[in-house]
Amino acid sequence: MNNLILKGKVFKFGNDVNTDEIIAARYLNLTDSKELGAHCMETLEPEFSKKVSPGDIIVAGRNFGCGSSREHAPVAIKGVGVSCVIAQSFARIFYRNALNIGLPILEVEETNSIKNNDELEINLVKGQVKNITQNKIYQSEAFPEFMQGLIKKSGLSNWVKDLPRKGGKK
Amino acid sequence: MPHTITEKILALHAGKKEVYPGEFLWAKVDLALGNDITSPLAIEEFQKSGAKKVFDANKIALVCDHFIPAKDARSAKNAKILRDFAAKHRIKNFYDTGLMGVEHALLPELGLVVSGNLVIGADSHTCTYGALAVFSTGVGSTDLAMAMVTGRVWLRVPKTIKFIYRGKLSKWVGGKDLILHTIADIGVEGAHYKAMEFCGPVIKKLPMDDRFSMCNMAIEAGGKSGIIEPDEITFRYLKEHQNTRTPEKTGAQVRNLTSDKDAKYSQIKEYDVSKWDVAVACPHLPSNVKPIHELKNIKLDQVVIGSCTNGRISDLRIAAGILKGKKVNRTTRTIIIPATQRIYLEAAKQGLLEIFVKSGAVVSTPTCGPCLGGHCGVLTEGEVSLATTNRNFLGRMGDPKSFVYLSNPSVAAASAIKGRIAHPEEVI
Ligand code: SF4
Repeated sequence: MNNLILKGKVFKFGNDVNTDEIIAARYLNLTDSKELGAHCMETLEPEFSKKVSPGDIIVAGRNFGCGSSREHAPVAIKGVGVSCVIAQSFARIFYRNALNIGLPILEVEETNSIKNNDELEINLVKGQVKNITQNKIYQSEAFPEFMQGLIKKSGLSNWVKDLPRKGGKK
Repeated sequence: MPHTITEKILALHAGKKEVYPGEFLWAKVDLALGNDITSPLAIEEFQKSGAKKVFDANKIALVCDHFIPAKDARSAKNAKILRDFAAKHRIKNFYDTGLMGVEHALLPELGLVVSGNLVIGADSHTCTYGALAVFSTGVGSTDLAMAMVTGRVWLRVPKTIKFIYRGKLSKWVGGKDLILHTIADIGVEGAHYKAMEFCGPVIKKLPMDDRFSMCNMAIEAGGKSGIIEPDEITFRYLKEHQNTRTPEKTGAQVRNLTSDKDAKYSQIKEYDVSKWDVAVACPHLPSNVKPIHELKNIKLDQVVIGSCTNGRISDLRIAAGILKGKKVNRTTRTIIIPATQRIYLEAAKQGLLEIFVKSGAVVSTPTCGPCLGGHCGVLTEGEVSLATTNRNFLGRMGDPKSFVYLSNPSVAAASAIKGRIAHPEEVI
């Protein structure tokens, strides 16, 4: 089960952050989340993995995670210790991969006003983001019921495990 | 209610009479695909789940194409993970060196994906098979793992954007140019989560290889899938590419589903292609298309002709037509990669390989190679490449300070001769 209240410091990125930038293709022969995490975001910010503390939060603009289907991208983000990604929108494969592996993500319209190093507190159940530094609250749209199910089970594998035996529609 | 072809295929695989955009489905897959990059994670997840066997050994395809022939020891290990898994679970459609090709060129060629199928692949360009009227979409490794366990995938029914192409295609303009111009128009997020349905008189006459190039790049507009209704060209292709490996099993049932006349679209886009010239996308986005005459000062260190977008036989024929009897510029390394073994053989028979080698280009065994900065032509800092691939993100072909331009094969061949970005008319 995911931790539903998250707290951390912001690392801010722009629009269209793609999966090659999140984890470059030359590292795709790695599978360990910690090893992948060590190279997370290094194209955009070479020292990223050294600066992140466990629980920190990535905040970005539109279309975060566009490009390839590599699950290594959300795995690297989780592996480096980031607790949640907030963006105005996500590319679809990244979005489903994050839900499938239990990396919390939120769509928030006002990410432009969030600054690097701001301190955030996130309530995943309510979809609420509190900006402690700026004393502001942002609300994200609630996940559809199906996706809430995935989030509650921390990902697809657990969700499948609890399916009624004969498969069928859920 | 009237429906789009996408909605009809999805309904069929979810066991429902009809489905609507926004609805979540737990749908049956006809084929689940993985490669040497995405499958190791999927196999790990499969094993963690405790599953003893795969849902159907005929309906899984594993292709070693990205870093294969192994570029280093780690990549060799990943290929071995696939090989062992395939042997253990008797996976029929396992493609190792000697059989393999770039997955999205390979599966259609083998007849493993046919009209009306639902196909998922742990690779973003899985959307390519839409050219054969397949609903196909890229997913992640965990999706692949769970599809291998259950034979199903969760999907949200997408809205569809309809793209209608009219007019007359100029010489040298093909499927790659149509899709680049389209992405330039709607942007890299223009079809976010949506199905892109390509139609109109231009598409009706478009050869299958060009249709593959178009559907291949739906993802570059953020699309979930790209699709073209089946017609004579589709059925002829399917007839010529029948499944001989797992006949009667994988995707055997060819269906002729089409969109209803008054189906609902979230948007309809109409283009007159008559005024379109060849398209070149500049670094670092596929949507960054500029008129080619503005780019003639761009010097090139490398030209790559290949990939799941433009590594098919007609692409090689176009390139050879331009390179025949000419030399590539000495400052421009030119790398040509037939996408599959069959295409390689065909290129040999048609004398294309000889034309390439005599022109000073190199010809590689099928692989993704430089397309994703893996091997066989990786760029160093400051270098510039023009490629017939589909993605020119920062660092895609190697160093984060290198640059990739995207074009069709005629522009790539002409540019290789000139040593700079060039229109094919300049060398003919
Ligand atoms: S050729 Fe390039 S885009 Fe196509 S599957 Fe290989 S890496 Fe991906």
